[in-house]
Amino acid sequence: MNNLIIAPLLIPLLTGVILLFLRKHIVAQKVLSMLSGLAIIATSGVLLGDVLTNGVGSYQLGGWQPPFGIVLVADSLSVLLVLFSSIILVATTLFTYKGLDLERKNYYYYPLVQFLLTGIIGAFLTGDLFNLFVFFEVLLMSSYALIVLGGTKTQLGESIKYVLVNVISSALFVTAVAFLYSMTGTLNMADLSQRIAEIGQPGLVTVVALLFLIVFGMKAAIFPLYFWLPGSYSAPPPVISAIFAGLLTKVGIYAIYRVFTIIFYHHPEITHQIIGILATITMIVGVIGAVAYNDLHKILVYNVVAGVGFILLGLSSFNEDGLFGGIFYLLHDMMIKAALFLLVGAIIAITQTTKMNQASGIIKHYPLLGWSFLVAALSLAGVPPLSGFFGKLALIQGGFLAEQYVFVGVLLLSSLLVLYSVMRIFFLVILGEDRLPETHNSGQIKGLVYPSVFLLVLSFLMGMGAEFVYPYVADATFTLLNPEIYIEAVLKE
Amino acid sequence: MRTNDVILKTATQLIIFIIIIFSIYVFLAGHHNPGGGFIGGLMTAAAFVLLGLAFDIDTVKKTIPIDFKMITALGLLIAVLTGVGAFVFGANFLTHTFDYFMLPLLGETELATALLFDIGVYLVVIGVTLTIIFSIGEDQK
Repeated sequence: MNNLIIAPLLIPLLTGVILLFLRKHIVAQKVLSMLSGLAIIATSGVLLGDVLTNGVGSYQLGGWQPPFGIVLVADSLSVLLVLFSSIILVATTLFTYKGLDLERKNYYYYPLVQFLLTGIIGAFLTGDLFNLFVFFEVLLMSSYALIVLGGTKTQLGESIKYVLVNVISSALFVTAVAFLYSMTGTLNMADLSQRIAEIGQPGLVTVVALLFLIVFGMKAAIFPLYFWLPGSYSAPPPVISAIFAGLLTKVGIYAIYRVFTIIFYHHPEITHQIIGILATITMIVGVIGAVAYNDLHKILVYNVVAGVGFILLGLSSFNEDGLFGGIFYLLHDMMIKAALFLLVGAIIAITQTTKMNQASGIIKHYPLLGWSFLVAALSLAGVPPLSGFFGKLALIQGGFLAEQYVFVGVLLLSSLLVLYSVMRIFFLVILGEDRLPETHNSGQIKGLVYPSVFLLVLSFLMGMGAEFVYPYVADATFTLLNPEIYIEAVLKE
Repeated sequence: MRTNDVILKTATQLIIFIIIIFSIYVFLAGHHNPGGGFIGGLMTAAAFVLLGLAFDIDTVKKTIPIDFKMITALGLLIAVLTGVGAFVFGANFLTHTFDYFMLPLLGETELATALLFDIGVYLVVIGVTLTIIFSIGEDQK
């Protein structure tokens, strides 16, 4: 039975509900959250193998035939993303054992994260546009609660902005869906794709496509809709920022990838060109921010913005290499961003400050932390043996094939500045003379470094074993470039 | 100082049962007529809010000694489990079915598994509404 497709969605949902009953039992919550993460890794791993051998899988909720019912679609891209999200869940759960105060754990941290993951996995798996909206709301509601959890002054201020921006973009999402529904009369993505192909994407549909770009761009933080991100991602505690940076913007990127390869792909000279221009400016804005600040959080947060630009560039070139690079870089970016935020969380736990020039010399006392940060930084910039390299290489090839020389030039220059921004942290905070506050002790940091080491080892293996990852990403690329495979799998008779 | 609102309190004691019965009626009617778990849950919650207005929150807590957050969790659990229950019969998630049964007093009645899902929705709505209202109300102290 192909109930396997819905398993990654049901596991966090059921776990989240059960954790609500276990509010007073923090230990049980920790154990169950971890088990849930491992179970999702296992099921999505099996599912991934299944998709590679048997092709795209679809699952009809309630047994209703598409396009009338809701379908879940498991293609390589969505299952890969589910797998990597659950890896991040495991790593961050490990981090919370020592890296999160009891107060927050007492107020439903673990169930909220499970519900967040339900929304994220649902958004990856769904094959219905309105259902995508609902799962977006599930993940946003959980993220509202997570961002404000603890109730410090900065958190309150930033969460107001965050909620406001997302409420507006959700309203726009509904409007866009309403326009599209009034034109096509369907909400199922495969059916939508067929109907739009029949009418050949007239100008009005392209307008709706751009409306979707605005909506998802707001979630994914592309230029000029990224303004909310720097504040809201640096307000919550490090582990929550790591989850956000690893997962939330990536759902927006995934939605852009999905919508612009399955539904609105008939006029790439308009839509994909605009995506390319916006992605390029996003990279520029991101690296300017990353280089400009002296605050650890701000540097990382602007690197998230730059990463969004890199990934979307792959969609803009819209050929095999570009999409392959985009997906590979997306997967790498999820892990590395989460790892970097966790590492910086550990650094801040030692130095008690987010400013770069107030403490240094971490590597003398915490060599593992220091060297992990170096590996993460080099991987982020895309130094050859590490995982960031192959994605960027394919992105550059794709850009050259699509003759987008300016975009590629900006990408290379941005990579250099990204490297500069994180190496600055390495040289100023991690190396340098011993200027750590008296309060630090090596015991408190032990549990905080291992989760990032776990993520870094995986990302290292992903770089070294790119050949092993290749068939999955290539299959995802192939499905994106040939929407009829997707449509066939969903609307099979 | 509280004024002596004996009329309000007496009327509430009567009306609250009418509201709850009506809300349950609307809840059960949902399959064929306007109604359902959401509106039924809101009405039941409204009955408890009326109780809270006429007396005070402590009275409501004493009358209904339940943690409403647990009601929400229970409702969610029921809703998810009715979906999962379809697996037992080899059907897809959330597959629903219905059949006719002879019940005592009611005669031939159509019973749908969608009602079980709706019970979940009903409980979640009650739980969430009352958690919101009572946790805001408590801050006055």
